[in-house]
Formats: sequence, structure tokens, C-alpha cells
Amino acid sequence: MKVFIYPTNSLILSDLVERFGHEPLAIMQEISKKVRTQGLDSPPLNITPEDPKFGLKYAAVEVPSGVRGRMSLFDPLISKADAAIIVRDPVVAFGCMGCARTNELVNFLIRAKKIPMLDLDYPTSEEDAKEFVFKISEFLKSLKPAAAK
Amino acid sequence: MDTITKMAVINSTKVLPSDVIIKLYESKADVMIKETCFGVMVSGERQVVDKLLSEIRKMDPYGIFIKERGFVPGEPHRCRATRRGGARPGFHMLETEDKLLPHIASALRALDKGEVPPKKQLKKKLDIEKLKQIINEAEVS
Repeated sequence: MKVFIYPTNSLILSDLVERFGHEPLAIMQEISKKVRTQGLDSPPLNITPEDPKFGLKYAAVEVPSGVRGRMSLFDPLISKADAAIIVRDPVVAFGCMGCARTNELVNFLIRAKKIPMLDLDYPTSEEDAKEFVFKISEFLKSLKPAAAK
Repeated sequence: MDTITKMAVINSTKVLPSDVIIKLYESKADVMIKETCFGVMVSGERQVVDKLLSEIRKMDPYGIFIKERGFVPGEPHRCRATRRGGARPGFHMLETEDKLLPHIASALRALDKGEVPPKKQLKKKLDIEKLKQIINEAEVS
């Protein structure tokens, strides 16, 4: 199954999801498509005036274009997600208002999608980490395995 | 042809990035490889990279962590050499999670041994009646 992860560029979550036989949906995949597209209009990220329009699906026109631009990257991930693993309030995701609002919106949209979801906190000790990994493994075992590419 | 870049972050007591690089060269696969301070980056066809890195993971299953990367190694817009230094975007996330990797490694080891962590009791929020009682008691009459 395709599992959405938040923070979307997390090494730990991406690795664990892949380790337990599922496909992580991470922002790196979308960045990769933007970077590798032939004939970039605005390198390094090929964010064109078209992209914020995709964001209109999620946010009104008066919402800052930063949010809509970010949402255009998240759009394919959210629409493909069959399940989600969310880390609550990761410190490293702290950023500008564009980032903060996008993060709130992404969390809301994933919850509104009513897909199987696991809420966690980042571990701070070995005991917490054991619980963190155990919960993720149990959650991923309860999902159907990913189809081979 | 689906080309991807993956990074392997090494947090191991027995494997060094240089060991992984040698193993990657030995495979003679048609991929681009870069050794970094945290591990290695491999760029090439998806199937080749996935197969190669699953072999690499076997060198230390609890010490090698893998994720996809958007940019190819040495991408001029991201590479510090052409951006005149400074942390590259994504460094802070990597730095934060790198500190947790030893804990995650021992958690994976415990999971493979079949250990079930004890359930933690969640802290209950303060009851409104209890709060009212505390306020009444604290009030100076």
C-alpha cells in the first residue's frame, strides 16, 4: 500500500515503511519529478505559474501563493495515499507561516480522507523508540502489502 | 526509464561509507555513486538502485537507513561547492533524525527478537471539576 508520511521528507519513516514492505509517499519523489523534467522553466524547482493553480484545489485564491505552491507538490501524495503515518508536531518542521499553514492543511486533509492513520511522537529515548518502531510495524502489518512495481 | 537517486545514511559500528562504496564499485552496476560524510548517494535506474541498496542494507540491517532523494548527487543548484558553502536544504532534517538512528537501530533489534514494549499510560487531562475545586480552595476569602 502507498503510505503517506509526515514529516514528508523523514528518513526514519521512509526507511521503516519500505523495510516493512510498503511504498512510502515522500516529498522527494515529487521534487525529483520537478527537477528531472526536460526543459526547466525555473530551475532548480520547476515551479511554474501553473502550479499554484493546482493548489487552488485546496486553498482559496487569497491564500498566500506559497501555500498553494506547496500544496501543488503535496497534491499527488495526498491523492495517492492509502494510509498515513503522522508524527505530531515535529520540531524540525517549524518554519515560516507558509510552511506552518501548509503543514496544518496537509494534516487536516489526511485526516479528512478517512484512511487508516497512525499518530505518533518522535522518540526521545530508547524505550520510546522501541514503542515507536513497534507501533509502526504493527500498523504496517495490518495493511495489505504493496504491489510490485 | 525511471531514474531515481537514493541516499543511504550509515549509522553503524561496523560499516563505513568507504566499505559501502567499495561494495558498490564491485557490483559494476550502471549507477552514479557519491560518498558523503553521512553515507552514500546512488543514482540510476529504479530497479538497479533498489536491488543494489537492498544488498547494501544486508551489510548492517540495523545501521543502514535508506531514503529517496529529489536531487542527483552534485546538482549545481544544491551542491555546497557551487552555492559557496552553508547547510544544504534538507541537512537540518537529516541532522535531527541522525541523532535518533541509534535508538531506532536498537528498537529494530528488539523487534526482531520479538520484544513487545510495555504500554505507556497516557496522562489524563485535568478534570474540569477538579480544576474548579482547586480554584475554590485557592481563593482567598
